[in-house]
Amino acid sequence: MYNFDYHRPNSVDDAVRARGGSEDATFLAGGMTLLPTMKQRLASPSDIVDLSAIQDMTGVCEDDGRLAIGAMTTHASVASDPLVNQKIPALAKLAGGIGDPQVRNRGTLGGSIANADPSADYPAAVLGLGATVKTNKREISGDDFFVDMFETALEEGELILSVNFPVPDKAAYAKFPNPASRYAMVGVFVAQVGGETRVAVTGAAPSAFRVSEMEAALSNSFSADALRGINIPADGMNSDLHGSAEYRAHLVNVMARRAVESLS
Amino acid sequence: MPDTGIGASVKRKEDYRFLTGKGHYTDDINKAGQVYACFLRSPVAHAKVTSINAEEARKADGVVAVFTGQDMADDGVGSLPCGWVVTDRHGDPHKAPPHYPLVRDKVRYVGDQVAMVIAESLSQAREAADMIEVDYEELDPVIDMKSAENAELIHEEAPGNLCFDWELGDKSAVDEAFSKADRVAQLDLVNNRLIPNAMEPRAAIGEYDSGTDSYTVYSTSQNPHLLRLILCAFVLNLPETKVRVVAPDVGGGFGSKIFAYAEETACTWAARKVGRPVKWTAERAESFLTDAHGRDHITHVELALDAGGKFLGLKVDTKANLGAYLSSFSTCVPTYLYATLLAGQYTTPAIHCNVKGMFTNTAPVDAYRGAGRPEATYVVERIVEVAARELDMDPAELRRKNFIQPDQFPYQTPVALNYDTGDYEPTLDKALQMIDYTSFSQRRAESERNGKLRGIGFSAYIEACGLAPSAVVGSLGAGVGLWESAQVRFNATGTVSVFTGSHSHGQGHETTFSQLVADKLGIPYENVEIVHGDTGQIPMGMGTYGSRSLAVGGSAISKACDKVIEKGRKIAAHLMEASPEDVEFKDGHFTVSGTDKSKAMAEIAFTAYVPHNYPEGVEPGLDETAFYDPLNFTYPAGVHIAEVEIDPDTGMTEIKDWVAVDDFGRILNPMIVEGQVHGGIAQGVGQALYENCVYDSDSGQLITGSYMDYCMPRADNFPTFRVGMTTSECTHNPLGVKGCGEAGAIAAPAALMNAITDALDQEIDMPASPEKVWRIAQAKIKQAAE
Ligand SMILES: Cc1cc2nc3c(=O)[nH]c(=O)nc-3n(C[C@H](O)[C@H](O)[C@H](O)COP(=O)(O)OP(=O)(O)OC[C@H]3O[C@@H](n4cnc5c(N)ncnc54)[C@H](O)[C@@H]3O)c2cc1C
Repeated sequence: MYNFDYHRPNSVDDAVRARGGSEDATFLAGGMTLLPTMKQRLASPSDIVDLSAIQDMTGVCEDDGRLAIGAMTTHASVASDPLVNQKIPALAKLAGGIGDPQVRNRGTLGGSIANADPSADYPAAVLGLGATVKTNKREISGDDFFVDMFETALEEGELILSVNFPVPDKAAYAKFPNPASRYAMVGVFVAQVGGETRVAVTGAAPSAFRVSEMEAALSNSFSADALRGINIPADGMNSDLHGSAEYRAHLVNVMARRAVESLS
Repeated sequence: MPDTGIGASVKRKEDYRFLTGKGHYTDDINKAGQVYACFLRSPVAHAKVTSINAEEARKADGVVAVFTGQDMADDGVGSLPCGWVVTDRHGDPHKAPPHYPLVRDKVRYVGDQVAMVIAESLSQAREAADMIEVDYEELDPVIDMKSAENAELIHEEAPGNLCFDWELGDKSAVDEAFSKADRVAQLDLVNNRLIPNAMEPRAAIGEYDSGTDSYTVYSTSQNPHLLRLILCAFVLNLPETKVRVVAPDVGGGFGSKIFAYAEETACTWAARKVGRPVKWTAERAESFLTDAHGRDHITHVELALDAGGKFLGLKVDTKANLGAYLSSFSTCVPTYLYATLLAGQYTTPAIHCNVKGMFTNTAPVDAYRGAGRPEATYVVERIVEVAARELDMDPAELRRKNFIQPDQFPYQTPVALNYDTGDYEPTLDKALQMIDYTSFSQRRAESERNGKLRGIGFSAYIEACGLAPSAVVGSLGAGVGLWESAQVRFNATGTVSVFTGSHSHGQGHETTFSQLVADKLGIPYENVEIVHGDTGQIPMGMGTYGSRSLAVGGSAISKACDKVIEKGRKIAAHLMEASPEDVEFKDGHFTVSGTDKSKAMAEIAFTAYVPHNYPEGVEPGLDETAFYDPLNFTYPAGVHIAEVEIDPDTGMTEIKDWVAVDDFGRILNPMIVEGQVHGGIAQGVGQALYENCVYDSDSGQLITGSYMDYCMPRADNFPTFRVGMTTSECTHNPLGVKGCGEAGAIAAPAALMNAITDALDQEIDMPASPEKVWRIAQAKIKQAAE
């Protein structure tokens, strides 16, 4: 690890100020992604702005049929939160299936989506529920948030404050974990929310995406059988040691069916 | 009071300190004035090193020294030796190119040590290492064993990148057997390459005392005396009296910590150069790159059978990857620890095995839990399964038909070993009964109804362990003897310190050996303390590997206890005014037959140290040393049966049930034995389903260099293992024990792969990853639909 200057502001304004617009500074949330990269000396930030002392950024509250979850809320808190479990159990289950207990106790919602790892779980929920990402500057629709592999709509120095998840009528998440890392090799989030049917996929491609054909089929008939035969093209899917593009494309269908099955 | 005797499942006494964070590992040790080493490692797989410029690094903040291979050469530092000479088919010794702790002219794998940087802090050392400029003239990396013979030369000394072309067995007898065969089963298989992944990374501290001109080396070693021997006699040219090696608590080794590595050698040497203790602890990434890897064979096997299923002959051709350099015992693993086990539990009369040991631009490969024997079991048990399918015979019955029978022991195999004892049928029967074999077809039908594929697989393994008779291994090329030592020292107040040459790095010796000594001497278990891992305290010993600690090390302890009892008898006889011949020892007391005279062991120990009333001609003290060199290997054997269910939609394999019935001879602590079996199976399952070391075939970069890509098995991958025992005691050691540490890892891969291939009805290589399984399952479903 290289040397850096450390800041621990108490407010959002101070955090944004300390972070500035420079590429060399960075926010620190749970550190589960950032610290290993620094230890391996793949990242050498000049300034670290630790968000852990900012009180307004943690916790879950209900607001007009939506759950607003603070960006600094850990995966473990989301998994065990009574409100989340009552209103969007699929989200609690998703958070409870991230990494291991240590990672869940440190890693945060904001850190996860800001990082936009192609195999992270949360992007499936953000897209699948049509959530809104609230930053210090604006509100970004979940549909516009994930741009590409490790790339989001966030501007340099923009801070995620919370994510607002609409409460769905039904939702489920089915994950096929990468056998080694246990990140999602393919994760599919299926929801009926605000009169809309949404199917969002993570892990399979460079960035989370929705599958309109599946959404249409499920709006017609919300059953696993409706998804049979809807094949996702393997073109553009991720391919690595653990799964070829073809295999991932196949798993999208399997996981989508399993998500739907789990709701019946 | 809980039973602490032999046969009791005494809880491990060492676990209190491990579980409360009070273990004391090498990295926990800090020496006054200590400096930190970091190694600059080769980023490329194969290159000439044309220049190293370390000027800036030497001037960097906190840097104490930067050393290169040239500095070591100037100091006369030697090469890390390979301790076993394998003589090839043509009567020549294996090619033994040098392996210098820091490279001199070439780098030969990604991770090879190019320079050593020593600084006041670790981060200073790392930063300075980044400043070193190295010019590499890159050469084509040799990664694939299959094409290695015609590829770029890795060592001048080894044309065709061939280390040895070795054989065992009678080729003409095998050819004749095949000519008479009704059936020949064939199989090509891969024994995949593994990375050991001990929980504690390797670490070392070298310390030099100029006052006494002596060194202390703290190291994560499974065999501190062996490390001392190699450092002194081969690499650094020092008298053993001037080097003390301490291997404190060690967090797992699985073989990978047997060997003498570059880093501890360099730390020891550098400690004198810089006049300060030098510490190095591997990062996990370094463990992946540089711990000696395991397995990595490609094999063609053929089994000749008669029409009734009797095995007539076995032919095996193997290429074994040795990596870029020869690690300490790398040559014996794919030869003498492999081909000698190809008879398995069977009466196959003719066996021939050819092994080509290949150099490649990958990390050195050496012993890993089982070392050679899992590879042999995999070959034998997979081909037997293939034969059963081809003959349409029940795989259990085909095995039964070919078992060596109880009246054939001692049994001379066609591949050098002489099995002293065994009884294989009862083990098979018990396993069949435990898994409820007769109703397997119902379970399979049930799985089918749920859209799943079910399979069952057997592995009737044997291993030669308790390594081993010195004369035998010596005649086969070993550079060392494989006896073990023990010193049993009564203290004046009746407690006993036991100094053993075995080394515990997870095996629970402190418990098992205490049970043994308490039982032998009839003293309380709590009064026994086991000391190991320090050449400054224990007699010369050979360490722990090859499931040898109880069979060889425990036997030495038992013999030392016998000597203590014999001396005690003389003292007791004197005190009781009887002649020694009339004195009996039982349950911790010396008695005179026909009288009520009795002396407790503790009283005798006290008398030995306070010899006011003492027999003439007997030395004071009660402190005896014994060395034990076994007459033969021990031959644990057993049957594992795995049952799996495959989800054809995803290719996921779920292990539904696992039965392991093992014959380990006499059992001292059943709980520890069961734990060893569980751990072994876990590693075997890891190999079969998850673990796979992959190098990029073009660049030679390690692709599976972290846990993001190297897949370790986890607890939720396993069912509850069901373990059973049968017992035929070893005939030639005083304890009747055989050893249990490697059995699980030896047996498991074949059992699991036989179950998977049974479910899929098609061959598949390890690891049976979900995608590979899915492809086969899909093809099968398509076929069935057509
Ligand atoms: C062993 C292991 C297993 C894992 N398994 C999984 C898994 O199965 N599924 C999964 O989804 N993830 C997994 N993760 C990742 C985990 O979810 C992390 O929490 C996540 O990657 C990052 O969150 P963090 O809070 O630790 O962020 P940090 O590491 O602190 O930060 C990550 C990045 O996000 C930026 N950032 C953080 N917070 C904000 C914010 N509020 N606004 C703007 N930018 C911000 C930081 O500047 C940094 O660039 C795993 C991680 C580990 C180490």
